[in-house]
Amino acid sequence: MRVAVPIFPGSNCDHDALHACGTVMGWETIPVWHQEARLPEGTELVFVPGGFSYGDYLRCGAIAALAPIMADVKRHADNGGLVLGVCNGFQILCEAQLLPGALLRNESLRFIHADVHLRVERADLPFTQAMKAGEVFRVPIAHAEGNFTLDPADLADLEARGGVAFRYCSAQGEIGEDHVPNGAMNGIAGIVNLQGNVLGMMPHPERAVDPKLGPTGGLGVFRSLAAAFSKV
Amino acid sequence: MKVRVSVQLKPGILDPQGKAVEQGLHGFGFEVEHVRIGRLIELDIPGADPAEVKARAQAMCDKLLVNPVMEKASIEVL
Repeated sequence: MRVAVPIFPGSNCDHDALHACGTVMGWETIPVWHQEARLPEGTELVFVPGGFSYGDYLRCGAIAALAPIMADVKRHADNGGLVLGVCNGFQILCEAQLLPGALLRNESLRFIHADVHLRVERADLPFTQAMKAGEVFRVPIAHAEGNFTLDPADLADLEARGGVAFRYCSAQGEIGEDHVPNGAMNGIAGIVNLQGNVLGMMPHPERAVDPKLGPTGGLGVFRSLAAAFSKV
Repeated sequence: MKVRVSVQLKPGILDPQGKAVEQGLHGFGFEVEHVRIGRLIELDIPGADPAEVKARAQAMCDKLLVNPVMEKASIEVL
């Protein structure tokens, strides 16, 4: 179980990713500088971390998507390798066209740092298989651009193919505008590509895995990945 | 040649920034509607043929400057 964490200038959740995968889960976790041309040999999961890569210049994630390491991340994804992008990592995966859509400024225009509830929409993915469909879990968000947007036809396609992995909800799992912190269309918090091996999400499961640091609502994602690894 | 690329959010895309500025203008008593905020990018592209320079600017828009999910661009060769 080898995990690579690409680090860009301005990444600031890279150590959260390294801590969650390495210290908490005990996986071999390797930081990879964005200028590298190749992921470490035998990488099974690429965890694209959050932050403000390249100062969010031009558009969030736009410049990072062009970094040398991203070409190898695309190759890894094309070969069926697992890729998880969180927060700025999600924005980077969208800009790299590994996932559809774009993340605009929050409807409120404010940076939002809060705990949110997410409902599992797909429990058959390598990222969710240890959870149940409809299960609710609690993880933090911390972003100014998490307002997921897609044109109406593509949004309908995404919904129809089950591309939504996680949706913002109430503590009881109810869906609705009141529970969407950032204006994201259809309350979308996380999506998955057609093949099911690339997942992007705005909330931070890696910040809620270590009981020494607080709640552990994000563990479901990591337990799912552990199960995926054991199958390899 | 100097080229000006104006990047705007597509018509259907919510622009919370534009909305906030519109409200600010209303606060000063201005009558104004549909405020939209975009981005202006100036480029200096080698070449003498405006059509060719414009085509190169378009290629730059397609590759990096514009995200077609949410934005559209207009290119002006000065």
